[in-house]
Amino acid sequence: MNLPWLLLLSPLSSAIVITLLTMRFRGLSSFISVGAILFSLICSWILFLQPNVYVPERTWIEIPGVFRVPLGLTIDNLSKTMLLVVTFVGSLIHIYSLGYMRDDEGKSRYFAALSLFVFAMLGIVLANNFVMMFIFWELVGFTSYVLIGHWFDRNSAAEAAKKAFLTNRVGDFGFMLGILMLWAATGSIVFSELIPQMSKVTGNGGYLTIVAVLIFCGAVAKSAQFPLHVWLPDAMEGPTPVSALIHAATMVAAGVYMLVRVAFIIQASPDALTVIAWIGTITAFMAALIATQQDDIKRVLAYSTLSQLGYMIAAVGLGSNEAGMFHLFTHAFFKALLFLGAGSVIVALHHEQNIWKMGGLSRNMPITFLAFAIGALALIGFPPFSGFFSKDAILARAYEHNTAIFAIGLITAFLTAFYVTRLFVAVFWGKTRSDAAKRSDESPFVMTGPLIILAVFSAVAGFGFFASTFLIIPREKEFVVLVPTLATAATIIGAGIAIALYRKQGEDRFRADILRRGFYIDNFYHWLIGISQEFLAGVASFIDRWIVDVGAVRGTSGGTWGAGALLRLFQVGNLQAYAFLFGLAVVALIYFTIFR
Amino acid sequence: MVTLGDYLTVSALLFTIGFGGVMLRRNIIIILMCLELMLNAANLSLVAFSRFQVQPSGTSNYDAEVFVFFIITVAAAEVAVGLAIIVALFRARQTTHVEDIATLKF
Repeated sequence: MNLPWLLLLSPLSSAIVITLLTMRFRGLSSFISVGAILFSLICSWILFLQPNVYVPERTWIEIPGVFRVPLGLTIDNLSKTMLLVVTFVGSLIHIYSLGYMRDDEGKSRYFAALSLFVFAMLGIVLANNFVMMFIFWELVGFTSYVLIGHWFDRNSAAEAAKKAFLTNRVGDFGFMLGILMLWAATGSIVFSELIPQMSKVTGNGGYLTIVAVLIFCGAVAKSAQFPLHVWLPDAMEGPTPVSALIHAATMVAAGVYMLVRVAFIIQASPDALTVIAWIGTITAFMAALIATQQDDIKRVLAYSTLSQLGYMIAAVGLGSNEAGMFHLFTHAFFKALLFLGAGSVIVALHHEQNIWKMGGLSRNMPITFLAFAIGALALIGFPPFSGFFSKDAILARAYEHNTAIFAIGLITAFLTAFYVTRLFVAVFWGKTRSDAAKRSDESPFVMTGPLIILAVFSAVAGFGFFASTFLIIPREKEFVVLVPTLATAATIIGAGIAIALYRKQGEDRFRADILRRGFYIDNFYHWLIGISQEFLAGVASFIDRWIVDVGAVRGTSGGTWGAGALLRLFQVGNLQAYAFLFGLAVVALIYFTIFR
Repeated sequence: MVTLGDYLTVSALLFTIGFGGVMLRRNIIIILMCLELMLNAANLSLVAFSRFQVQPSGTSNYDAEVFVFFIITVAAAEVAVGLAIIVALFRARQTTHVEDIATLKF
């Protein structure tokens, strides 16, 4: 049974071949990369149609009785669905990239990194133990760094890449500690071995909660949850297909996927679940608020990604993995669609990203317009588009378990409708507000093709007959009417207000700086890192100046000099003085030998 | 009757004179002579100890007297070396006064 290995290694070999052999032939490189992911897609599809199988594992590292890391793959319904999502959305984005990155100098490097990313992402999905998952987890972080910084000659891109990497490191550190603590308690890091061993940890509630929260830390960074969400909006400095692939559809969803994969750990700790649910809710609400005041088309989408990921994390925290995965599934389609639509707009406008310099694009770019409209409707959860069903599942779960989270979720749904409609109205309706917008033209088919396919999926992915093929659709028996009605009402009100406010506006009517600056969290981190660095530098400087310089270096020289000065007093140069001292010493010697 | 105490008194006296000479005199030749005096004071006390320590067999202990011969030999050698140095010093400095020889002083 080599199919899972084949589909995992195909993007890796593509990355290796491109890096080693075809770096100079940009066209060839891009086709190798596209071919590799299409191959993975086909393998995933074949795998999906087959019954679940056990993939024989190989031992990689073994210290008998202490520690064992197998090279093994998990094939179950969860991973098969995730494989399809990653390879399918990934394939469309690869194809789209052919158009978007057509004239880019670093096209080979871009496609190599894209392939490596897909390899790492598939690795996370397939890993059957924590160590493999962690390695792929880091690899995903690294490729994300490379891709965000693709245009590294732009300072902001280089800074954003660095920020994304470092922020992820913070979360990964917690993740690693969690894994180590879990291993210390159970002696195993393989998921299937851990499940029967959980009783060793569940007895100790506090320890278990710490483990669960630390593992959640990894998801906080990777899925850009508060308070480690700061890297995602900046990551929009990367090429737009990268934003679509990594920062909307797949990598940020890895956190949610990981939580679902290790649900047996976090669900054993009610405290950890509460933390997770609230972090998700806070992120969803906060990001939605910030998104209402952003002017950059990609930043609006980035904050909306944060917000939707918050929903998913909240769903996992409320104990409904199905709802979380369902939203992940639909979100992958419509958010990739929105990003690719935004990319299409950005290319048409020659890399103009300010929504107030767009306007009226519905006439020039009909396909992008329609696709974007479907994506927007799905995102705001307008029935019967896909987002409606998945968001409804989460809200219903919240209604059942935690009214406060439900209320915030409802407000977030309202805000989502508001900012998405604001974006949509500003970009596609009204008058054209810049020359670039006037001269804009529809993108080539290689870009609109993926848009159309994704639009179809965004429209239908929520329906039971479609989605239940891939995952379990959560069914909440009661509240079938109330929750969807409230959610739809919130959506319509939000969209209506946005249309009323922004329909004929050439610029934003409001300026809430606190939202524009993202609640000053970046400034806070800047300040915090500033003072902690200042403090550390102060300590280091103190050690260097006083202990190393004064203590060690000058201490040695001063000690020698002082001893010399003291001993010099005896060296009077007078023969008889020496003789006298000598005599004195002999007397002292005799005194001490005889009388002591 | 001359007792051990009398010998030791003379020896101490000789030593003190020698030590005082070494401390107080300025001429190196005198200092050298005083050094010899001190050595001989020690010799005197050693001989006295030897003479007065009677062993159970009725004979004296002659170990110390052997020691004295060594001291006399070494002292002779020392004087030879010392005088040679003084001659060399006088040739270089035209002086035998210790106050004039203070080059080691920092």
